[in-house]
Amino acid sequence: MTEPVLELRNVNKSFGPIDVLHDINLTINAGEVLCLLGDNGAGKSTLIRTLAGVHKPTTGQMFMDGEAVSFDKPKDAADRGIATVHQFGGTFPLMTIGRSFFVGCEPTRKIGPFKVFDRKTANETAVKAVQEFGITRIDDGDRLIGGLSGGERQSLAIARAVHFGARVLILDEPTAALGVKQASHVLRIVLEARKRGIAVIFITHQVTHAMAVGDHFAVLIRGAVAANFMRGEKSREEITDLMAGGEALADLDTAMEDYKDSHDGHPPQPASRATVA
Amino acid sequence: MYEVFAGTLLKRPEAGAVLSLVAVILFFVIFGGVDLANLLGAASWVNFAANLGIVAIPVGLLMIAGELDISIGAMIPAGSMTISIVSGYYELPIVVGILCTLGLGVLVGLINGLLTVRTSVPSLIITLATLVAMQGLVLSASVLLTGKASVPLAAPEWTKAIFGQLIGGSFQIIIFWWLAVAVLAWVVVHHTRYGNWLFAMGGDKESARNAGIPTTKMTIWLFVLSATAATFVGMCGAILFNSAQVSGGMNYIFNAIVSVVVGGVLLTGGFGSIIGIFFGTLTFAVVNQGIYFTDIDRNWSSLIIGVMLLLAVLMNNSFRSMALNYAPRKKSTSKA
Repeated sequence: MTEPVLELRNVNKSFGPIDVLHDINLTINAGEVLCLLGDNGAGKSTLIRTLAGVHKPTTGQMFMDGEAVSFDKPKDAADRGIATVHQFGGTFPLMTIGRSFFVGCEPTRKIGPFKVFDRKTANETAVKAVQEFGITRIDDGDRLIGGLSGGERQSLAIARAVHFGARVLILDEPTAALGVKQASHVLRIVLEARKRGIAVIFITHQVTHAMAVGDHFAVLIRGAVAANFMRGEKSREEITDLMAGGEALADLDTAMEDYKDSHDGHPPQPASRATVA
Repeated sequence: MYEVFAGTLLKRPEAGAVLSLVAVILFFVIFGGVDLANLLGAASWVNFAANLGIVAIPVGLLMIAGELDISIGAMIPAGSMTISIVSGYYELPIVVGILCTLGLGVLVGLINGLLTVRTSVPSLIITLATLVAMQGLVLSASVLLTGKASVPLAAPEWTKAIFGQLIGGSFQIIIFWWLAVAVLAWVVVHHTRYGNWLFAMGGDKESARNAGIPTTKMTIWLFVLSATAATFVGMCGAILFNSAQVSGGMNYIFNAIVSVVVGGVLLTGGFGSIIGIFFGTLTFAVVNQGIYFTDIDRNWSSLIIGVMLLLAVLMNNSFRSMALNYAPRKKSTSKA
């Protein structure tokens, strides 16, 4: 079998005294959708920021195509083909589709000694890229991003990442703020990206959406991978239970804190010691 | 016809400014009894617009990028005092004076820019501090060095020809500088990648940085540009009027911001155009100076400016939402 596109080995991340990620081991292959499930605060954001080069792992290693990599800044990760699309997709609502598509790498044409922004090429390329993903409603590159629907923005952002050669696509809750129909558009685009051989990391807490596109699932609970399984290995109910298990654990934790608060900071004693005393 | 009009002008940032200019001129003609030929041929408002415009353009660029520079209010007298003290009081060659003046602009711009990118303090506060500090510095330096708050300057003929002559007896040469700056800014902002970076920075600085745009460098350069433009305007004034005063310049702060906002630039950044800033400046100048050509009492001009500002901003707001909601209807238009 070929090397996985991206692999994490024993990745830990701490912010000062707070440990956020614990021994994360994950692999993701080309043309595969990895669904990262987890409740709020489970460490999903920290994990994707680490992948995207915003944070550096405290310990542990990341490999791309079997080669150890280390990112100092988001640009390094982007240069290796790791692209992140955030919840609201296009982040420049008052820019046109063509202009925002090429932010930071504008196409230019020469007029004499001057390099001039090539609006026509920019608009055409952007519209073509997003239409190839099946969003045919976008046909004018001069429209403003803010005028697109949430699903269209997501689709545009994904098309943009793919156009610029993304090999690993990180989608941070792309369907969270969308209606049912819009969300299904985005899911279709995720499948289209997978078909093109892109490794997709799909972050969500909607099990239905994950089940619809995922090949491989990882459930994150309190900064650790609590379960790692392939499609068909677990039912929808089991996955939901797993995520809820995280919640139950959190409840237990609160109960513990409450106990400590009412007993001068002492945790509840195990029964055996209590009998000895 | 309406479709074409609505499709091309109304969803552009400059729509409000162009309509405001037309409205103000109409208002003056109808209610002020203005002779239009007289008004359009007058130098006073064009001179006013040119001096203001050279500052308003870089201030507008900063606002598009999501920053603000109000230290221009002190940098204009600082510019005129520098050249007058260096080349007037100390009688050094005028070239040295010009270099010192523009150098001071670059220096203060660098300070503004570096402080803005290195700290998380809003640029409004930082430039407010440099505004006040520069006022104090200029006044004390002037009194300390020359003993006066007003210094004469006798510039040689060639410098007067370039920076401070009156064409046809009343039009200041700085009008051409303004046009040149406006055209240059228009090309750079709307037809090069730097313009795209500017709008991206104003839209979302974090994403712009992640997209590989050198936001820090851009911000510093924009501050250098605005401070230098302000000293340039001060310098041209000193060369034209053969003297410089410590006071003055404070009006420019609000005048420039009003021009830029009337011109359709969004105060929070990310939206605007050079043509809009240009027309915003013209509109402001027509109200401010054109009122002398009307039967309306001069004292009303501030009221008119206030009302106009409000109307222009409201217009700009609705045009912006029109632009946002605009969906292509080209096919139906071409058939109709």
